[in-house]
Amino acid sequence: MISLAGRDIAHSRGKFFSTGVGLGLLIAVTLSMAGIYRGMVDDAMVLLDNSGADLWAVQKDTLGPYAEPSSVRDDLYRGLLSVPGVARAANATYLTMQVRVGGRDVRSMVVGIEPGASMAPGQPRYLVAGRHITRGHYEAVADAASGFALGDKLRIRRDEYKVVGLTRRMVSSNGDPMVFIPLKDAQRAQFRKDSDALWQERRRAGADPERTAAGQVRSAENFKAEQAANPYVNAVLVQLRPGADPDQVANHIRRWHRLQVFTRAEMEKILVGKMIATSARQIAMFLVILAVVSAAIVAFIIYTLTTGKIREIAVLKLIGTRNRTIVGMILQQAVALGLIGFFVGKIVATLWAPVFPKYVLLLHGDAVRGLIATILICLLASVISIRLALRVDPAEAIGG
Amino acid sequence: MKRASIFRKALLVVVGLSAAIALLWFFANAGPLAPVEVTVQKAGAGAVAPQAFGIGVVEARRSYKIGPTTSGRLRAISVDVGDAVHPGQVLGEMDPVDLEAKIRSQEAAVASAEAGVVAAEFAILELVARKEHAEKQSVRYEQLSRASTVSAEVMETKRQEMAVAEAAHKAGVASLGATRQNLMRAREELAALKEQKDNLKLVVGIEGLVVARRAEPGTTVVAGEPVLEVIDPSSIWINVRFDQIASGGLREGLPAQIVLRSRPNEVFAGKVTRIEPLADTVTEELLAKVVFDTLPEPLPPIGELGEVTVGLGADQRGIIIPNAALHSSAARPSVWVERDGKLRLAPVRVGAQGLDGTVQILDGLEPDAKVVVHSHRPLTGSERLRVVDIVSGGTR
Repeated sequence: MISLAGRDIAHSRGKFFSTGVGLGLLIAVTLSMAGIYRGMVDDAMVLLDNSGADLWAVQKDTLGPYAEPSSVRDDLYRGLLSVPGVARAANATYLTMQVRVGGRDVRSMVVGIEPGASMAPGQPRYLVAGRHITRGHYEAVADAASGFALGDKLRIRRDEYKVVGLTRRMVSSNGDPMVFIPLKDAQRAQFRKDSDALWQERRRAGADPERTAAGQVRSAENFKAEQAANPYVNAVLVQLRPGADPDQVANHIRRWHRLQVFTRAEMEKILVGKMIATSARQIAMFLVILAVVSAAIVAFIIYTLTTGKIREIAVLKLIGTRNRTIVGMILQQAVALGLIGFFVGKIVATLWAPVFPKYVLLLHGDAVRGLIATILICLLASVISIRLALRVDPAEAIGG
Repeated sequence: MKRASIFRKALLVVVGLSAAIALLWFFANAGPLAPVEVTVQKAGAGAVAPQAFGIGVVEARRSYKIGPTTSGRLRAISVDVGDAVHPGQVLGEMDPVDLEAKIRSQEAAVASAEAGVVAAEFAILELVARKEHAEKQSVRYEQLSRASTVSAEVMETKRQEMAVAEAAHKAGVASLGATRQNLMRAREELAALKEQKDNLKLVVGIEGLVVARRAEPGTTVVAGEPVLEVIDPSSIWINVRFDQIASGGLREGLPAQIVLRSRPNEVFAGKVTRIEPLADTVTEELLAKVVFDTLPEPLPPIGELGEVTVGLGADQRGIIIPNAALHSSAARPSVWVERDGKLRLAPVRVGAQGLDGTVQILDGLEPDAKVVVHSHRPLTGSERLRVVDIVSGGTR
């Protein structure tokens, strides 16, 4: 038995395949949009994964350190180490800023970490090149997305940092690449004023009669020293011992150390539910519209394909072809079109995903869902065409 | 016809199959199903040079603050910041106010006392003459009295005259002593005033460099307030702060490399000269002093920032891996070991760590084990691997 659909497709190969490719590009856009949405959520998740923390201890009554500014004294971690169930605790600072290298600057999240292979939380989890930070000052590990290369000299505030390692997928919830620098440098960078501002501060201090009164010379000196010091960090990252209950430890710290503590689950809620909520909903909305438009276009294409064959269908009917055969032909063509479209779309989306400036995450689940949706939409769209085909009067084959 | 149709069918099947294979290959090697690119390195025997790295500030070990010992007004300063000074050089002077007049008055007092002494000496001569005359008279009248040629009354008178003259002579001698003492006192007072005047000069006691001039002529300064600050340039050292966590083994005498912020491409040799017994508890740093083997020329300004690297003694031999291979996700530090394309997470014990990124492994790894250094994604142990020289993304 010959395949009616196959014969028909073979009859107008070029037209059929170019339609399929066009449909594929549309599906590629839809899949990419889904990927962009997944990428946004994933950016937020990797931020949490990469910190390696089970608990985040931050300033009381804040949603820090990512969603709100938070500052705690940098010696608090010692107290947290004594809490039962805590394995490791480490300070961390986060500061989003423009990092300069050569003549250009890159928007980055500068993360201050405890240097050395003390395996403290907050360290970059894996590297794609180079090594971890070993010196306590002026070394950096950058995310490859920043475009920095090993050996580059980064300028953060007044200091130069040498890039000694590169990592991947270490981004802020906005998708800005992270730059890891030693904690003490980061603390200074966060609060460091430029030289002009320091001079002005000193002049103001000099104008303060309380400070310049006779016998107060030392206090003016101390004031200058205070200006350069910053004993604060944004958060203390806490790792738990295996088997420790995060909520119990969190409650202990909340109750006795008077800090706000977030568990992993709470942090996810803050990041996904609060920080990226609006932009994620925006993308999701657009995804829905795109999916509806794609479905409509698929339906139209199949409808036009069928209407273009009205005369042929009439002839088929005239020669006594059964309705089932005609319906089969239309269905097979629709599904074939959908399959070509899907695979072209999937390939194109995979190929262009790495070119996007922000992370595009193509999930297997999304691909399978996309495939099912495409087939379903094609089948539904062909229903209208089938109704049209079945109502064709065989007389049209001879007439008109 | 039939043949052509079979041929066409076969062609279709071949094309379809190859398309399907190409598709499968594409999805297996691009996108989320692709194998993970890793770089692998043999854990070889080697040595780690443990080093400590710190930053510090150039300071002068000995600095001299020069100021007046009494409060007063500054009259003159003869040196400025940057001038070299020598021992004994007068750098400035305080206003003596009425000291000059006091000295002149005292000089007059000395002269007057000297004249007093001369007068007293001449007075003694007169008294001696009188006394001798009285004695002679007395002897003569003694003889006359024995011959009974003079009355007893006259005799009495001569004896009394002699006693008076003797007493007057003794008094004169005593008075001369007093005027001499007076002269000595006046001279000492004059010397004290001159001493005081000298004390108003600001004198330096060392070979040094003026680094600060804190007051200008005309300024009133209190006793002890520094007017000039002089340092001994040969005593320049760096006050370095080392993170406590990486400074085990730091001790006096270790060689150090110093890089000054203003001269980033020059490395100066030095050595640790002192570890401060007091560490900084707030910043969790150790403080140490590092001296230059030979002083840089020109001298670095006091307060300049410098980076110091100190070798912490002998190399630690053993199994060496790059620190990028260490992972902290597990409860212990561990490394991914690759054997025949399979991954195994090996917990290890970490020894010495070098500033160049090498790490000594004490146990947990057999020599020649292949450890994963860089990877394109975090590893879970079940993924397919593709061993490459450079992980993509790491090339840039």
